[in-house]
Amino acid sequence: MIVGLAVKSLRNRKFTAALTVVSIALSVVLLLGVERIRSEARESFASTVSGTDLIVGARASPVHLLLYSVFHIGNATSNIRWDTYLAIASRPEVAWSIPISLGDSHRGFRVLGTSHDYFGHFRFARDRRLVLASGKPFEDAHDAVLGAEVARELGYDVGRSIVIAHGTGEVSFSLHKDQPFRVVGVLAPTGTPVDRTVHVSLEGLDAVHAEHNEVADPLAAALRTAEDDGHYKAASLGSAEPPGGALPRRTISAFLIGLKSRSAALSMQRFVNEYAPEPLIAILPGPTLQEVWEIVGAAEKTLLAVSGLVVIVGLVGMLVALLTSLSERRREMAVLRSVGARPLHVFGLILGEAALLTVAGIALGLAVLYLGLLAGQSWLESRFGLHVGVGWPSVHEVGLIISVTVAGLLIGLVPAYRIYRYSLADGMTIRI
Amino acid sequence: MQMSPVDASRAVLPESGAHPRAAVVELTGLRFAWMRGTPPVIDVEELRIAAGERVFVRGASGSGKSTLLSLVAGVVTPQAGSVRVLGRDMGALSSAQRDRFRADHIGFIFQMFNLIPYLSVLENVTLPCGFSVRRKTAAGPDVAAEAVRLLGHLDMAAVDVLHRPVTELSVGQQQRVAAARALIGAPQLVIADEPTSSLDADRRRAFIDLLFRECARERAALLFVSHDASLASLFDRAVEFTEINQACAHPAASPRAEAT
Repeated sequence: MIVGLAVKSLRNRKFTAALTVVSIALSVVLLLGVERIRSEARESFASTVSGTDLIVGARASPVHLLLYSVFHIGNATSNIRWDTYLAIASRPEVAWSIPISLGDSHRGFRVLGTSHDYFGHFRFARDRRLVLASGKPFEDAHDAVLGAEVARELGYDVGRSIVIAHGTGEVSFSLHKDQPFRVVGVLAPTGTPVDRTVHVSLEGLDAVHAEHNEVADPLAAALRTAEDDGHYKAASLGSAEPPGGALPRRTISAFLIGLKSRSAALSMQRFVNEYAPEPLIAILPGPTLQEVWEIVGAAEKTLLAVSGLVVIVGLVGMLVALLTSLSERRREMAVLRSVGARPLHVFGLILGEAALLTVAGIALGLAVLYLGLLAGQSWLESRFGLHVGVGWPSVHEVGLIISVTVAGLLIGLVPAYRIYRYSLADGMTIRI
Repeated sequence: MQMSPVDASRAVLPESGAHPRAAVVELTGLRFAWMRGTPPVIDVEELRIAAGERVFVRGASGSGKSTLLSLVAGVVTPQAGSVRVLGRDMGALSSAQRDRFRADHIGFIFQMFNLIPYLSVLENVTLPCGFSVRRKTAAGPDVAAEAVRLLGHLDMAAVDVLHRPVTELSVGQQQRVAAARALIGAPQLVIADEPTSSLDADRRRAFIDLLFRECARERAALLFVSHDASLASLFDRAVEFTEINQACAHPAASPRAEAT
């Protein structure tokens, strides 16, 4: 009865009701959209690397190692000798390993030297493997495979010839011009730093740097020394030996290890940390990712708080709309009282209207959100590699929806209580 | 038509409900002030309305007529004295019981703005049945048909009228819809508070005739208050409000002077 009256009353005030519903809907879209992208960003952050049991680098802080090896942020302070890598990678517990060598760039994008195993064993986002959008993995020393964003931003495709530069700046004065690489493949988007990386073989990097160091270039040499960027330094370190044949002298920045059995991770970690010939550190990616997320996580909390405030603004809009209608509705309430409505009925009518507005706003917001997700899903995926699911709301989202509903009801109590007081005081006396 | 405050000859014991002239309204020693410590706005020694009786109460604006109606309807309770409606002492009922009692037994018509703007004509008329099982039962199995029947008696059953938004109706039409609402489900008492003051003279007469006819059909007592003395002659009995309300003799100005 009262619900029916509330529905008809709102229908009678379509325009304000619609505006209120729209403002609540938009705030709900914002809240849930932010929440979904936030949890997705967190998810994709946490799944930047997946299936890797240990990351090994020269001794440094775990966060630092994770940042340069996985996120390609910053540089290794020192490198690992190739024979160290071989010694650890050949341990019986190790199922696979991926060497990583950083320090060069192409037009601002990091160049990552690695082995063929990278394409076979690297996993991200709940065990997804790298997929080539076009072309094939590198085979020749001077082949390069581009991340999706590199290819898109620079407009490169398979067959294109690129020159890599020493250092990691946008502009470098030290180009490895005489040894261009040929793009043989482009990876599908992953939503991870892989998208912004140029992948080449370690042999390619060896060749480039061997060649490079034969050229008498005092400026480049000085830059290299000054930068101390943890970059491949084979020839510059051992100038006594011919650079090209110095494979044992090759160094890498870090390597990823997959173990045959997960349970061996801790003992393997201890083995690496206590490795006598070279100071190393092995980290478990999961806990370290968590550690990094706690640093960047403050921003996401702020974002959620802001969208929470927007919801409150939307609900206050409803409060204003209901309150302003009250004085003109006192007569209506007196008529209802005269036909037997109790003050509680009148209270329930206004509260019911607030509830209906809130629920309608949430429903519309959800509809808009899901339509938006359906429409924008492929775009988000291809553009940012963010895979935003269109599935049912998560427990947390349901919690948010319930909070909004409760907040709407609580706010509805204000005008409902006012009209309740009015109807007690007015009784049946209609003032004109 | 004498203007006497009390008609003792019609006094009947309230318990004898089957008696055709049983008292529907019985006020005794009634005193009411809006605020504690202020002079009373209502001070009525006795007023009695019998079943089926049509009583006219004339009083100037601000004399407390609407307050008297609120007391009869049990919306407000007196500081002293008793209000008995259909033999029930309103003072002995809880506010919830009074609300239910009002829904069950009393129909209201106001001066204007009687209708809920967002309900159709039909929904406005059937509204009391939503709050009262007794009136819903009395209205019969098809409440809407009963509403149409009542509206038909008031020349308001045309299909285009039934489905028009109530805000588009003329004031006279609105008052007739209000009358149908007051009468649906056969309440024993119909209270009309200046229902004709926004109507012109011709329509006023027609409306009162309709109201009488329908009250007689439903055997409802009618308590009709107005400032317009020219209507008094139409009723079974007319009462001058200042004569029954001793509070009017006092110069005290009520802080809640009515705007009727």
